[in-house]
Amino acid sequence: MKLVLAIIKPFKLDDVREALSSLGVAGMTVSEVKGFGRQKGQTEIYRGAEYSTNMVPKIKIEVVCDDDLASRVVEAIQQSANSGAIGDGKIFVIDVGQAVRIRTGETGDTAL
Amino acid sequence: MRNKLMMAAGLGLAMIAAPAFAQEEVAAAEAVGGGTAYILNTLLFLIGGFLVMWMAAGFAMLEAGLVRSKNVSMQCLKNIALYSIAGIMFWFIGYSIAYPGFEGGFFGIADFPYAMQGVGEADTETGYSVASDWFFQMVFCATTASIVSGTLAERIKIWPFLIFTVILTGFIYPVVVSWEWGAGWLDAMGFSDFAGSTLVHSTGGWAALAGAIILGPRLGRYVGGKVNVFPGSNIPLATLGTFILWLGWFGFNGASQLAMGTVGDVSDVSKIFVNTNMAACAGVVTAVILTQILYKKIDVTMALNGALAGLVSITAEPLTPSVPMALLIGAIGGVIVVFAVPMLDKMKIDDVVGAIPVHLLAGIWGTLAVPLTNGDVPFVAQLTGVIATGVFVTIVSGIIWFILKAVMGLRPSEEIEMGGMDHAEVGVEAYPEFVNA
Repeated sequence: MKLVLAIIKPFKLDDVREALSSLGVAGMTVSEVKGFGRQKGQTEIYRGAEYSTNMVPKIKIEVVCDDDLASRVVEAIQQSANSGAIGDGKIFVIDVGQAVRIRTGETGDTAL
Repeated sequence: MRNKLMMAAGLGLAMIAAPAFAQEEVAAAEAVGGGTAYILNTLLFLIGGFLVMWMAAGFAMLEAGLVRSKNVSMQCLKNIALYSIAGIMFWFIGYSIAYPGFEGGFFGIADFPYAMQGVGEADTETGYSVASDWFFQMVFCATTASIVSGTLAERIKIWPFLIFTVILTGFIYPVVVSWEWGAGWLDAMGFSDFAGSTLVHSTGGWAALAGAIILGPRLGRYVGGKVNVFPGSNIPLATLGTFILWLGWFGFNGASQLAMGTVGDVSDVSKIFVNTNMAACAGVVTAVILTQILYKKIDVTMALNGALAGLVSITAEPLTPSVPMALLIGAIGGVIVVFAVPMLDKMKIDDVVGAIPVHLLAGIWGTLAVPLTNGDVPFVAQLTGVIATGVFVTIVSGIIWFILKAVMGLRPSEEIEMGGMDHAEVGVEAYPEFVNA
């Protein structure tokens, strides 16, 4: 099992969700996050004073899937979240040791 | 508000003269009888009064929108508390100082608390219900107090602020009002302030300025010559607040005509509505254009301040200007805001909502601009009124702020200020479902 963790631009969430659904991904967790990378922030003006928004709002997606699906999930996110501009985000893939469905106690791939 | 005594006398004359010399003057000819005039005048006070009362909601929303989310509950609390304190103080002693019944004086005091009127009682000699007059005057007093809370937001403890409000609404504001609307010395020298650019707005502005200097800026606001920006937490609320204030201003300026018993008065009230509206429009458009030119983006909070600056500017004389003049007066208010907001930051005077440019500086401009459209008003009297109000309010406010600072302290601990006043002093967060920064 793999955890695919992606940081994307907020307005790309719907596209990513659609792409993953069509792959048969059964669920995902989405969080609103802030951070910075190469995009850095941008300079804004508020009441005559300049300020830099050094934390940019992003969406974090977490998807756990079996090993076979993981590479296709990564590909789907990479394509659907791509706007070609700086700040499109990153994808990380992490090995998952165990998964448990709380209601039934099922474990492993069947819990996904 | 014009001088009340003059207005009452004029009204009495009109009522007596109307039946006898009906053909002489159109306005007088169309004047209604004493009882009806009494009803209409009272109605004007009541409608104007509740519109101005609603401005308290406008201030509350404007301030709630322009502070950070960790101080929103506190700002809401301060606004409803100060409105209530103003009401009680203005009944207890404020009105009696504001209208002491002198002529040309500096300080006087009539019987207090204000006697109001009995059930079913009506003195048609005055031309209006005294309770309606008191109510209309009281909401102006509350407006003055509202101005202070915005400037000092996010860093003043609640109790010293409320104690200052008691003194502002029970003493400082009433004294200034007595000089002009109470037929005091400024009125005697020809000073004119129709609805209170100086008496209400600058008075609040001076008190706020003295407070801001003594209190100091919010922690981390000015560090190493750099201005750190603390963006407002809710622009829709600030916008709604501005629109509420704009609406309330029709009562503020319109009902300051103080009479609606003749066709002339009703027409004047209508003209005041138009001029009031146009000045605000010009303030907004000016701020929009200027921020676009200066910063390549339009700052919505400056546009909101521009509306209020336009309104404050026209308040000293909303009747005599033509529409182009009203637009010009309001537009200059907008210019003042766009340039004064960053200027205050350079001086490290932290004015969270821009109340000093809007109420103090635009109030001064509006007061000095009265002779442009009203030839009966000497410029020297206007200048004297501006300076006298500034000196009196700044000194008295300064003394009060210093005493409060020495006795109980004005600011919370650093830890409390960083954590937000909502948590420390109110115990209720405005937006408990979000993490506050």
